[in-house]
Parts: sequence; structure tokens; C-alpha cells
Amino acid sequence: MANTATAQTKWWSGGKSPFNLEYGKLMMWYFLMSDAFTFGAFLISYGTIRFSQNFWPDPNVVFNAFPGAGHTNLPLAFVSVMTFILIISSVTMVLAVHAGHNGDKNGVIKWLGWTIVGGLAFLGCQAWEWHHLITGEHIALIDGKLELIGQTTRHNPWGQLVEHNVMLDAIKNTPANVLAEIVHEQKHDSNLAELLKMPQGQLVGMLDTAEMHVREKGPVAFGGYFFGITGFHGFHVFSGVIINIIMLIMTQKNVFQNKGHYLMIEKAGLYWHFVDLVWVFVFLCFYLI
Amino acid sequence: MEHQAMSEVTFHHHIEDAEFKKRVRKTTILLSVLTVIELAIGLTIYTIHKGENPSHLLVLMFKGLVCILTLAKAYYIVSVFMHLGDEIRNMIMTIVVPLMLFIWFIAAFIIDGNSYKNLRNNYDRHFKESTMPRPHHGTEPAKPEEPKPGKQ
Repeated sequence: MANTATAQTKWWSGGKSPFNLEYGKLMMWYFLMSDAFTFGAFLISYGTIRFSQNFWPDPNVVFNAFPGAGHTNLPLAFVSVMTFILIISSVTMVLAVHAGHNGDKNGVIKWLGWTIVGGLAFLGCQAWEWHHLITGEHIALIDGKLELIGQTTRHNPWGQLVEHNVMLDAIKNTPANVLAEIVHEQKHDSNLAELLKMPQGQLVGMLDTAEMHVREKGPVAFGGYFFGITGFHGFHVFSGVIINIIMLIMTQKNVFQNKGHYLMIEKAGLYWHFVDLVWVFVFLCFYLI
Repeated sequence: MEHQAMSEVTFHHHIEDAEFKKRVRKTTILLSVLTVIELAIGLTIYTIHKGENPSHLLVLMFKGLVCILTLAKAYYIVSVFMHLGDEIRNMIMTIVVPLMLFIWFIAAFIIDGNSYKNLRNNYDRHFKESTMPRPHHGTEPAKPEEPKPGKQ
């Protein structure tokens, strides 16, 4: 509707914004564009490293856990929950901006509130996922013996699967305390303290080798990129939640009502949608391909 | 409503509540459906990987499809949720034209990474032998069980 009128307007004659935008909102757009390049550079750097490797871990193998589901193999399940949380919180933000447009203070408070809830839920999910990756230990073949390692910025347990006979050889070289933990992982009713006292040879006999999946160490860069980029995105979500909370307080204190417009909500909304936009690409690069 | 910050804006975007609701609902459903399709493709890739002799061309095609769907999602978020589609053309161009840099950015760096891999595979035998995926790597141990040493 504006487009029909724009043709007759002399946008550059002064006294008005040639882009028909308030200054702060325009600058928010340019900030977001620069931020897109920051995220883009990170993701492209990740892509460069990935293309320079012969082997890269399959995301469906790495991200297959769900809170409360134990060791059940559920690839992509948890991250799809996170994705939907962020999409829905983006929708509630649209509704908050629209309510602000109509000068509806209670509507802004209601929808901004839900957006904050969505942001916090997403951060909670991310915290759980990081915790699970860092502390969840997996059996890896390192220097001819087995070790239990988590996914950190220095270690990656998601290399190629080790063949069965190679694994059997490695078991013989593995120290007793590592074997005790693997046996304990396989038989939950066993007592770890008792297992730790057993000699190495006895523990080897107790292992259920048919059920064991041993992998080599994977590319170390995986952890740095995953934690770096999802962390940087999580930091954006966190600051978005803080901004939204400030907006909520200002709305409640009638700051925008006294000003006569809710443009600040629109700017916060742009930022929040951008966070969702970035997640779409993080989701693509780390979880889907 | 006459305020300093608003006076620089010539045309205000007014959208009827009913039309707005329709638009938001449509976009939400669209984004959800695209996400579900992406997840389905992700799981398809997983099953292809798990099976015997995974077809790399098929996997690559599915990955390309997911990339296109992601771009579609990004388009809807930016143009509807962020209302960039409602702004005037000159303003849209100041955002979109600089983003064109990504075309070179992505292509150049991905090709560079790929070239580095090829060089190393040609000249660094240890790299090639220690990292090249072995054929038949499924999630199940591919080899039949060898007789256990020491038990015969």
C-alpha cells in the first residue's frame, strides 16, 4: 500500500527519512546486517574446516539424546524441540510488536512475557545439551587402548567405528579403572567401588563386547566450532532475553505509553527475530548436514 | 501521536487485525511445516548412512534440499516477521545488496577447504591413511566375529 504512494514522494528533499524509517530502527537493521556477517564468517570458517577433512562426525550420531530418555537413540529429537521453541517465541514477538503498534499495553506485556519464557526455555535446553555433551563419556580408541572421553573443545569421541578385532586387542591394553567404568556402564546394578578393586583380567571377561561401540577420536575442530558458534548464538539469545525483560519493565512503567509509540518494542523485535534467523542456519550447519 | 521520532516517517504501515492474524498464522504454519520436512530429511540421511553401501550422491542431494528449505525459512522470517518486505525498495536494497557478498564468501572458502583436503590427500600419506573413511562403516560392527584369541 505504501508502494503506490512512494512513487510520488520526493524522498531525498529533506525533512524526512528517505527510507521511511525512524533512525533507531534503521540502525538496528544495519547492526543486524553486520552481525549476520559475523555469524556468517564463523559458519563459513566451520564449513572450510569441514571441507578440508576426509571424515566428519555424523550429527545424528552425536546429537541423539533426550532429557530423561537415558541411552535411547533419538537422533534430532531434542534439537527439534529447541527449534520449535525459538520459532514459537518469534511468533509471540510478532504479536507483541503488533500489540505495540495498536498501543495495546496489556497485549505487549502478555506477548513479551511469553517471548521471554520461550527464550529462557531455549537457554535451558542449550544448557542441558552442553552439559550432556561435555560430561557424557564415550569409549574411544586412543594409542591402542580404550579411554572414556566427553565432547569438549579438546576431545572428540565421534571418530570412525573401530572394527571388532581391533577393539578386542585394545581391551587387553586398557587399564583396569577404565574397564571398571565401562562394565559399570553396561551393568547398572553393579557396584563401581567393587569393580574398581578387581584385577584387569577379570574385568576383561565381564565385558559384553558384542554391545560395545568403540570409535576412534574424531576431528578436534568439531568441539571448538560447535561450542563456539552455538555459544555465540546462545549469548545472543541471552542478551535478547535481557533486552526483552527491560522492554517489559519499561512497558509496565508506561514509558512507551507516555512517549506515544512503541517503536522500542519493534527494535527489540527485530533483534529477537534475528536470533531466530541465525538459529535456522546453526540448525542447518550443525544438526542437519 | 505527533512525536519527534515519528515525524521523520512519512507513511505508517497500518495493517488490519484480521489480515495480520491471517498472515502470522500462515507464516507460522509454513515455518513449522518446512522444519518438519527438514527433520524428516535429516532422519532420511541418517537411515541412508546406517544402511549398507550408502549412496553419497543421494545424501548430497538431500543435503542440498535442506539448504534450499533453510533459505526459504530465512526468507519468510525476514520478510514477514521482520517486515522487511513492507519497507520501501531503496531501504531493502541497502540490506540485501551487501549480503550478496556471501555468494563469493561461501563459495571461495568452501572451495579453499576442499582444495586443501585434496592437496593433503595427494602429498600427505599419513593424513590420507589415518582419516579416510573405511568402506562399510555402519553403526553395527560390519565384520563377522573373529574367533577370540586365547579361547581356542
